[in-house]
Amino acid sequence: MGKLNSKIPDGPLAQKWTKYKASVKLVNPANKKKLEIIVVGTGLSGASAASALGELGYSVKNFCYQDSPRRAHSVAAQGGINAAKNYQNDGDSIYRLFYDMIKGGDYRAREANVYRAAEVSNDVIDHYTALGVPFARDYGGTLDTRSFGGVQVSRTFYAKGQTGQQCLLGCYSSLNRQIKKGNVTMYPRREMLDLVVIDGKARGIIARNLLTGEIERHAAHAVVLATGGYGTIYYLSTLAVNSNASAAWKAHKKGAFFANPSFIQIHPTCVPQLNEFQSKLTLMSESLRNDGRIWVPKMKDDKRPANSIPEEERDYYLERRYPAFGNLVPRDVASRAAKERCDAGYGVGETGLAVNLDFRDAIKKQGKKAIENKYGNLFEMYKTITGIDPYEEPMRIYPAGHYTMGGLWVDYELMTTIPGLYAIGESNFSDHGANRLGASSLMQAAGDGYFVLPNTISNYLADEIRVPKISTDKPEFEETENSAVERLNKLISIKGKQTASSFHKRLGKILWDHCGMTRNEEGLKKALTLISELKKEFWKDLNVPGTINEINMELEKAGRVADYFELAELLVTDALDRKESCGAHFREEFQTPDGEAQRNDEKFTYVAAWEYAGEGKPHILHKEELKFEEVEMKVRSYK
Amino acid sequence: MNLILKIWRQKNPKTMGNFVTYRMDDVSPEMSFLEMLDALNKKLVEEDKDPVAFDHDCREGICGSCGMYINGHPHGPVPAITTCHLSMRYFRDGDTIWVEPWRAKPFPVIKDLIVDRSAFDKIQTAGGFISVNTGAAPEANSILVRKKKSDEAFDSSVCIGCGACVAACKNASAMLFVSAKISQFALLPQGRIEAKERVRAMVEKMDELGFGSCSNTGACEAECPKQIKLTNIARLNREYYKAF
Repeated sequence: MGKLNSKIPDGPLAQKWTKYKASVKLVNPANKKKLEIIVVGTGLSGASAASALGELGYSVKNFCYQDSPRRAHSVAAQGGINAAKNYQNDGDSIYRLFYDMIKGGDYRAREANVYRAAEVSNDVIDHYTALGVPFARDYGGTLDTRSFGGVQVSRTFYAKGQTGQQCLLGCYSSLNRQIKKGNVTMYPRREMLDLVVIDGKARGIIARNLLTGEIERHAAHAVVLATGGYGTIYYLSTLAVNSNASAAWKAHKKGAFFANPSFIQIHPTCVPQLNEFQSKLTLMSESLRNDGRIWVPKMKDDKRPANSIPEEERDYYLERRYPAFGNLVPRDVASRAAKERCDAGYGVGETGLAVNLDFRDAIKKQGKKAIENKYGNLFEMYKTITGIDPYEEPMRIYPAGHYTMGGLWVDYELMTTIPGLYAIGESNFSDHGANRLGASSLMQAAGDGYFVLPNTISNYLADEIRVPKISTDKPEFEETENSAVERLNKLISIKGKQTASSFHKRLGKILWDHCGMTRNEEGLKKALTLISELKKEFWKDLNVPGTINEINMELEKAGRVADYFELAELLVTDALDRKESCGAHFREEFQTPDGEAQRNDEKFTYVAAWEYAGEGKPHILHKEELKFEEVEMKVRSYK
Repeated sequence: MNLILKIWRQKNPKTMGNFVTYRMDDVSPEMSFLEMLDALNKKLVEEDKDPVAFDHDCREGICGSCGMYINGHPHGPVPAITTCHLSMRYFRDGDTIWVEPWRAKPFPVIKDLIVDRSAFDKIQTAGGFISVNTGAAPEANSILVRKKKSDEAFDSSVCIGCGACVAACKNASAMLFVSAKISQFALLPQGRIEAKERVRAMVEKMDELGFGSCSNTGACEAECPKQIKLTNIARLNREYYKAF
């Protein structure tokens, strides 16, 4: 057996999951109680996994760094959650959703996983509805849907612009029910410092209590990472500022391969950077592109206010370039098109790094009330941040780092290359290829947590029933704890002059400039040098006040930034290695004459899974060849 | 602009706290309030001093992490926003700004501006859910909900659990917070089945945790960043009476 076995079940695509579930090993209820599972993270995937596993009767320990599980960053997802219900009679089906995701991901995702995600999407909507998630409804009482980018059907369920919040609170409620029953024990304000591996299997974690600084050992028969993405590696992104890759990165260093790290989605519609102190770029939901039209002036450096630029002098560049999908092209395409216009000198606003998202026509046609019903809270949020009223003037938007398609490599069962270690939701790589379609992250995260993992984990745990409760006195716990503490001490004893955030900001700028929306060989090589220099400076001139035995937010940040330096190097290496353009990974050397991404299917139809080889040694690349049996690989066109 | 900050500093729950004065020069009106605190903390760390501890995360008004009293108002003087969305353009050059943690007995101060809000989780754990197992749900459209009811349920469900309502209340009552969850489920057919058990369990837990009574002054509604309405409290009371 090679190092990568994706364990895709045999048989026709549409029957793989059914067949798998029918033949998977089970654990009887009496044994479930004796099996402990650690779930790290309480977002849509973590909270749903913890509650579903609790319902099954396992003993679950759930961790999050926030003060409450309800604050995980899934809460900020706005636009919606996809499902193949075909409530609109517009030709949707599980196959169509699967196909859209494969195509949207530019043929770099695994067919079997994607098909399963589409398959369980309908169950997710049923479950959330039963949990009391107040999705938007029509007057007859049925559920309403809307359209999202990259598709021609209306399959996105939504709760105004707060779908993520509503879904997360649904998960939080099911989690609370299991906490009350005693099946799940909640550990908030804990940061996972490292993974404990015993005899090759994931057996626990070392966590730091963020309130007391106390280092804790937690053992389990299996560990599930639901720790989200690493979009904050750019410093400025749409993510919560404390989101981080540390748990996943520590698991990687313990043997879990990291897949496609350079596949990062840059979201096209975000509030642009307004000042140098900015800590965050707020997303404006993609759903706005249903009714908003994106344009820039036809004249270069046109400084007139948007409303005084006449219709014939506006360039609706997405409608011009992509007549079939218009403003609803996928995110990678929309982002690059905005960058292209701004780089060419047509951008708007003081910096010239923004384009208009205009609701004038929609308000004229549908009335202000209708637009308010659909996007009211988003318009208010935009006004709060910028002081500009989008009912009167176009929004100004610009792309920002958002979602990471890359993540820990997992097989069909969502297990990483470390037996007993699973990765679900955004923290794995599996379902979105090189570009994610809107409203499919909530869908995948909840699908993984509620419906996939609870089935697949039993296949592993069935062989663990004879393993007694794992003792935290084992030497592996001791060693892992010692090395984690040593690292904290190292960070705190540098006693230099600069803050962790200031390093983070500079690292983010390097990546944004050289490994952002577009990349090229020269820039990537330069980035590697710059990162390595900055990393040295970090370990010489960082300052973390205080001690490790107390609340120390600077210490938390420093640890995360230190990990980001390492991940950044791998990210750039991966981008260098993939000599093609696909989805969000756009290498300037590989484009069609009209500026679209040019794949090289012959050489790069694989998942790049990177193995950590030790401190200072280059990562080892393993390739999982992708086979497309159902879908014919085509040039992705939205024209 | 140049500002004087009077910030509550308290090392831990056991020590006494006090206001410490900081001068902040060259504050940009485009900063958010938290970005202004970031700048202060950067300065403090560079001087090897203990930075001001405060909870924050999403910085887009939805996670509910941030929250502090600013010039006598939870989340500051601008209505209907969270602290992370409070822009410095609402302040004037030369202003003195007073910054304090939430003050309520069930929310003990942990450090500086951080308080312990785990009491809110405990109330939700007591009954803030609909008992349905994964896989047991009926087809989504087999549950029909009148649009008006569904929209009202949504309006109640947008609570972010920040605790401003409790901090604003002279009695430290959690009625607005609890009533928002009760209302969301009370308005939906899915939630009616356990309505009685839910309201009793949540109210009992709320009382047990030391939150005060509601005297209908409406400070909670006035200060809620998500504009949760006082009518939710009326509905909670109705649901509670019906539950016995």
